[in-house]
Amino acid sequence: MSITDYFTLLWHDYTLRTITMGTAVLGAICGMLGSFAVLRKQSLLGDAISHAALPGIAIAFLITGAKDTHILMLGALVAGLIGTFWIRGITSKTHLKSDTALGLILSLFFGFGMLLLTYIQKQPNANQAGLDKYLFGQAATLVESDVFLMIGVTGVCLVILLLFWKEFKIMLFDMDYTKTLGFNVRFIDTLITFFIVLAIVLGLQTVGVVLMSAMLLAPAAAARQWTNSLGVMVIVAAIIGALAGVFGTAISASQDNLSTGPVIVLVAAVFVLFSFIFSPGRGILFREIRFRKNRNDLQLKKTLQFMFGIAKTHENISHPHAIRILNNFHGFSKSSLQKMEEKNWIQLKRNEWSLTKEGYEEAKNLYNQQSNE
Amino acid sequence: MNEKLAIQVDDLTVAYNYKPVLWDIDLEVPEGVLMAIVGPNGAGKSTLIKSILGIIKPIAGSVSIFGKPYEKQRKLVAYVPQKGSVDWDFPTTAADVVLMGTYGSLGWIKRPGQKEKKAALEALEKVGMLSFKNRQISQLSGGQQQRIFLARALVQDASIYFMDEPFQGVDATTEIAIINILKELRKAGKTLVVVHHDLQTVPEYFDWVTFLNVKKIATGPVKDIFNDDNLTKTYGINYKVAVNK
Repeated sequence: MSITDYFTLLWHDYTLRTITMGTAVLGAICGMLGSFAVLRKQSLLGDAISHAALPGIAIAFLITGAKDTHILMLGALVAGLIGTFWIRGITSKTHLKSDTALGLILSLFFGFGMLLLTYIQKQPNANQAGLDKYLFGQAATLVESDVFLMIGVTGVCLVILLLFWKEFKIMLFDMDYTKTLGFNVRFIDTLITFFIVLAIVLGLQTVGVVLMSAMLLAPAAAARQWTNSLGVMVIVAAIIGALAGVFGTAISASQDNLSTGPVIVLVAAVFVLFSFIFSPGRGILFREIRFRKNRNDLQLKKTLQFMFGIAKTHENISHPHAIRILNNFHGFSKSSLQKMEEKNWIQLKRNEWSLTKEGYEEAKNLYNQQSNE
Repeated sequence: MNEKLAIQVDDLTVAYNYKPVLWDIDLEVPEGVLMAIVGPNGAGKSTLIKSILGIIKPIAGSVSIFGKPYEKQRKLVAYVPQKGSVDWDFPTTAADVVLMGTYGSLGWIKRPGQKEKKAALEALEKVGMLSFKNRQISQLSGGQQQRIFLARALVQDASIYFMDEPFQGVDATTEIAIINILKELRKAGKTLVVVHHDLQTVPEYFDWVTFLNVKKIATGPVKDIFNDDNLTKTYGINYKVAVNK
């Protein structure tokens, strides 16, 4: 199946439509909330939470003995919240830094989760097969009720974001100051963290424990490159997340043996790479171009100023001078002379140059500006 | 001078680990003074401000503002944190940061409207930053960022201003601009508490001073207590500065 086939099939095929909707909504909510995680410098929190959710899934299965997605998610949510709570506890109660706390909880919970998974697989119960899909995710298992749940959570999350927008924004920027204004920062913080955990848990079935944090971070990191406004950043991140979901699903559905989760993450990574290079304000490419242009401009102006110094000693400013007297001047080159002639600052005749009237005025203003400062 | 007490701190003790950072601080600040808090690094100057403002929870002690507990008087108090305490690459503009000063009086959920936006622009004008209102904050110089923080506190229209090293890392022009604004605020009857590092400028800028080094060494009018004796007690070495007596 080619990608165009995929998009035609999208309108007829129920399963394909469900999966695409699911990954798009998931990408959107993760992009939105990921913006907050990135700006709080808690990028790794997502990684820790998603890994911490694994034992929750296993325990939920052990207790109920059923593979109902929503019950397993509930287990993941509880375990994820406990993990988050412990990370907070470790950083506030000990001298350990947050990266240590994150690493500790991540590996501890993940190890415990793996242990339980192996245990479950050895059970004489035919039902246990497929629990390991939560490691890397399996979008194909998405059903309509999963998608409705995602849409519901995204809707609630949107309402909360709009209601508490000002509070989220000020807390992200300046926590101490927010406290002095009388806001309960713990409440705002808990609210946003709860939704981040919720989004991660929603994504486990599709993207899996291991890659989930990329869903959270990649769209936000890409979006940050394009804007200097928090609101726009959140919207752009949501759009990039949704696009990554749709295109990831499209690519994986049109090829055999490409699992959806990793493809979505790779598509998101392409967005990040593209943004890092091509964004007009913060991208590497335009920054380098601006830097070079600036350098060349300054070099030309400096050369002009040097010429002005020589020309000034003559009564006639257009008096021709030998090019070789510029030889010792750093920054002078044949191409810079040509550029100056193109700008109509100087005239070149054989081995001599002379200032034009425009060049003289330009240099004089340059000189005045600098001596005034 | 008005004898009403703007700030009263009793028995304030703060510790992060085992050693106290502040020990049994009693402090009374009369209304309408421009006060410097001076002391060596690690003396607890920022901690004192932060624990008065409830950012840090003290182990013991109480704080009252105009005779009532601080929690009930928040709206009378504005805070200018250290410039380095936030990430200036945050995606927002200068005007937006100043607008945050109105969030406290707005309370939960309510959005700033025309009135608040106008107040923010006026504050930007007062600090000479109106033409930078739409500038992304990472593209401001250190001095400009400091002025933005000052404007954000001005918007709060408080009676007491706490400032944590507002002169840190700013050039001479900005320092003069800032101190002029502080002096104007004092003239308008406001009380200002400023963590300050440059001992040379204390007599010129301030009329009240507190010497702090974990314990409070002295507090009072600059002309009475800013002397070698207190400086030596605070900094531990024989600290000679030129003091106009």
